[in-house]
Amino acid sequence: MANTYIPIATVTVGSGGAANIEFTSIPQTYTDLLVKASLRDNRTDSPVTDTVITFNSSGSGYSIRMLYGDASFSTPGSATTSGAVYIAGQYQNTNQTTSNTFSNTEIYIPNYTSSNNKSISVDAVTETNGTPIYASIVAGLWANSSVISSIKLAPMYGTLAYVQHSSATLYGIKNS
Amino acid sequence: MPIGYEPIATTTLGSAQATVTFSSIPSTYTDLVLVTIATTSVGGRDYNLRFNSDTGSNYSFTVLAGSGSAASSTRASNTSNTGLYTVAGTSTSTPGVVINHILNYSNTTTYKTIIQRGNEPAGEVCAGVSLWRSTSAISTIAITASTGSGNWNSGSTFTLYGIKAA
Repeated sequence: MANTYIPIATVTVGSGGAANIEFTSIPQTYTDLLVKASLRDNRTDSPVTDTVITFNSSGSGYSIRMLYGDASFSTPGSATTSGAVYIAGQYQNTNQTTSNTFSNTEIYIPNYTSSNNKSISVDAVTETNGTPIYASIVAGLWANSSVISSIKLAPMYGTLAYVQHSSATLYGIKNS
Repeated sequence: MPIGYEPIATTTLGSAQATVTFSSIPSTYTDLVLVTIATTSVGGRDYNLRFNSDTGSNYSFTVLAGSGSAASSTRASNTSNTGLYTVAGTSTSTPGVVINHILNYSNTTTYKTIIQRGNEPAGEVCAGVSLWRSTSAISTIAITASTGSGNWNSGSTFTLYGIKAA
């Protein structure tokens, strides 16, 4: 039986950095999409930044439920947003953290060609062999009936950029 | 040989039903991945798995969940199915997504561990681990939205993948 976990595209950030990582012209031939990303931005005033996820360059219709924990809290926390302009909450490393450490981020996007709203699953960790480190899981919703044809990842603040060696790969998964 | 998901079976409901079952699961893979995109007829349902029609008290689970305002954790032992917090909304506008990793499912010497991620954007996000205390190979998986109450709505999709080790 055919292997249906197919790499569609990989983006690796070069020495000049990049404001975002974007997959465009995503083929409609799969059932689900999976993005595996290794991310670090050039922020120096915080050990963590939210990774912003947007679809089809849309700036509306996003909401989340998130659960997070870090080394400085004795108990984990939870947060939510609605009516947002992006999906945030999943954390990525910054230049304030241990050198050469990048986040491990996984974004699962089922049924991306359907005409229903899109529910997604995100897991992200920023382990650095130091403190604080962050782990977060996110249930995201894009309340839009459009087929997803592009996915953009970016640091939450527009002045930030991904540093060299940040990377992301988009996979397509078929259910038959 | 590339390592990846191989689709075993997909069920998309044409009408509401209480339980979705995958049977005659081949034992030729290393792990299974079960992906559910679903809504339910009754809100606040949990997501339960039962293997090989075993209704005995042979399951246990631990769940970490976030509602958006609070984090919580729970566990249960000697239950009659696996457990995961509310993960399926009643509206098609907010389908729940559950991803189950069923490890080493066909071995006949150890109990079976299941790693789970549940996502309901309008409800809760959760991570869980479940155990089925049986050395039998898993050949059947039944999925319910809380045992004995509530239906999966029409349009809900359940896909079972197999993963082979290198």
